[in-house]
Amino acid sequence: MNAPAARTSGSHVLIVGGGGTGGALAHDLTLRGVKVTLVERGEVTSGTTGRHHGLLHSGARYAVGDQESAIECIEENTILRRICPGSFEENDGLFVAITDEDMEYLEPLLKGCADCGIPTETLTPDEALRLEPLLNPDLKAAVRIPDATMDAMRMPLRFFATAKHGGAEIHSYMEVKDLIVHDHVVSGAVVQDHVTGKEGEVRADIVVNATGPWSEQIASMAGVDVPIRPSPGVLVALQGRLCNMVINRMHRSGDGDIVVPQRALSIVGTSSWTVDDPDDLGVPEDHVQRMYEEGAKLIPAVKQAEFRAAWSAARPLIGSRGQADTGRELSRTFKTYDHRESDGVEGFVTITGGKGTTLRVMAELCADVICAKLGIDAECRTRDTVLLPHEAYYAA
Amino acid sequence: MTETRRFRVFRFKRGDRGPHLDEFDVPVTARTTLFDAMRWIQFNRDPSLALRHSCLHASCGTCGVRANGREVLMCVTAVHDLGREITVEPIANIPVLTDLVVDMTEFYARFPEEHPLVRESGFDLGAEASEGVATYQRYEDCIECGLCLSACPVVATTDRYVGPGALAWAQRILEEPRDEDVLSVRDWADDPDGAWRCHAAFECTEACPSNVNPAARIMQLRGTLLGPRLTSREMPR
Repeated sequence: MNAPAARTSGSHVLIVGGGGTGGALAHDLTLRGVKVTLVERGEVTSGTTGRHHGLLHSGARYAVGDQESAIECIEENTILRRICPGSFEENDGLFVAITDEDMEYLEPLLKGCADCGIPTETLTPDEALRLEPLLNPDLKAAVRIPDATMDAMRMPLRFFATAKHGGAEIHSYMEVKDLIVHDHVVSGAVVQDHVTGKEGEVRADIVVNATGPWSEQIASMAGVDVPIRPSPGVLVALQGRLCNMVINRMHRSGDGDIVVPQRALSIVGTSSWTVDDPDDLGVPEDHVQRMYEEGAKLIPAVKQAEFRAAWSAARPLIGSRGQADTGRELSRTFKTYDHRESDGVEGFVTITGGKGTTLRVMAELCADVICAKLGIDAECRTRDTVLLPHEAYYAA
Repeated sequence: MTETRRFRVFRFKRGDRGPHLDEFDVPVTARTTLFDAMRWIQFNRDPSLALRHSCLHASCGTCGVRANGREVLMCVTAVHDLGREITVEPIANIPVLTDLVVDMTEFYARFPEEHPLVRESGFDLGAEASEGVATYQRYEDCIECGLCLSACPVVATTDRYVGPGALAWAQRILEEPRDEDVLSVRDWADDPDGAWRCHAAFECTEACPSNVNPAARIMQLRGTLLGPRLTSREMPR
């Protein structure tokens, strides 16, 4: 494998993890003139990013219980539509009340959205059914919010494509086996190249842990701890496009409370539990059944829809061990850890937490920390840089 | 209930003289997909096995392979549909990168320049579009999996034929232009190595996991290219 040439000037950052966060960070740092190498053990986005249902969050789901996340979502929702034109099904979304209990959530939802800057429009059942004829005809109210649908792999791929064409080296099928650490200084990684079958090293001034649910595994290679709880959920894909808008249940986060259209499929999600090993998630059969039951409350046609796939995806939730049993109690926000400050280990930064929708701002704040550590004075330019199309990632 | 199936898996690392097949016995249930089985091998038998995947629900198109010679997406293919012994190879006609992973550069290089991802939904079921939304949108059916390219007997004989995926994409642009340069797309398709190279085997349509029906689209494309030539001919005196 090709180790980068020894550098006498200019800084080199090694990003471990090719999910949305890693890709967005590679792009941000490349725009700031930093030399970037990214290593990912599989195909980019294969860890957890590519598995979500494809929701571009309006933030409304968090507007009542997690306003910090809600505000992050609506801001990034607007930015991503600007920098990734043509990458979203821009059909908006609905929060739908089915029961009287759901109706008690209406006022808090509207107030929470207003507090967070998320535009809403309250609809009568008739108005909602004109927009989405397959909704449960017994619905009591609906609120329209600016959700949209993305392709969970192809949107992040635009960040990778732009970074690559900007000079970043993106190595997929290159797995970090260990970090190179001496006297509390991280200076690179030992990697297994699955293309050649050979082991090698990558040296860098700063190593960034962007491995999401695997954050703890990589952090432990540097002898540090990050409080990540992998929290998987089950999703089910059904044949047939049962809605054009994203359909959300108007209640606190719960199982099966969203239906997201994707091409000619409908994705029903999700559930939540916590695990220790993000590589061993399983797909509990009772969770699959619950998706059908809960999804059918929103769109009755879910019950008869033909099965396409059922799978699990792990969220990288920030929270210490012993806190929370299901993962729903933990915040969906994100955090950068400079391990010199938290653990006395130099040359190592972890960026973790977050959601698919917030990849760009996670990268911005992490890149700010990295540039400060490197003494580089360069501003973030990702808010307004339109990204290359996803197929450019595969261009020679 | 768990039973065991034998998998013969194509292996190749850069620098090897040639590929070989590795055998693995994998515990499977009624629900096990080919992806589950390959992942089990990767985590329990051989961590050097390279696999390509992302969405796990036939939306990203990255997990295409040939199972017993047939093009499938691993994530939606049940092992019990495949027989007692299963040979798993990368898709054909695209260079192998490592093991079951191909280098998609060659796949994307065949496409016309224009590549709009989003189209009119067509699933409106008599719905009104939401205020501020001109018309409901959705993604194109094509998930760029390359199974059509792998299945095409003409692509197997030549690198120059652009292949079914790219031609189907061109036809979609002619069906729904969306501000694309229709004339340049027609010129691109109107080529001996473009729309005229297809031999109507329909293997691409058979292999497509996403209802693109590339073969039918190529036939429509030919009609579109041919039409103006016929109507513009002068009648003999």
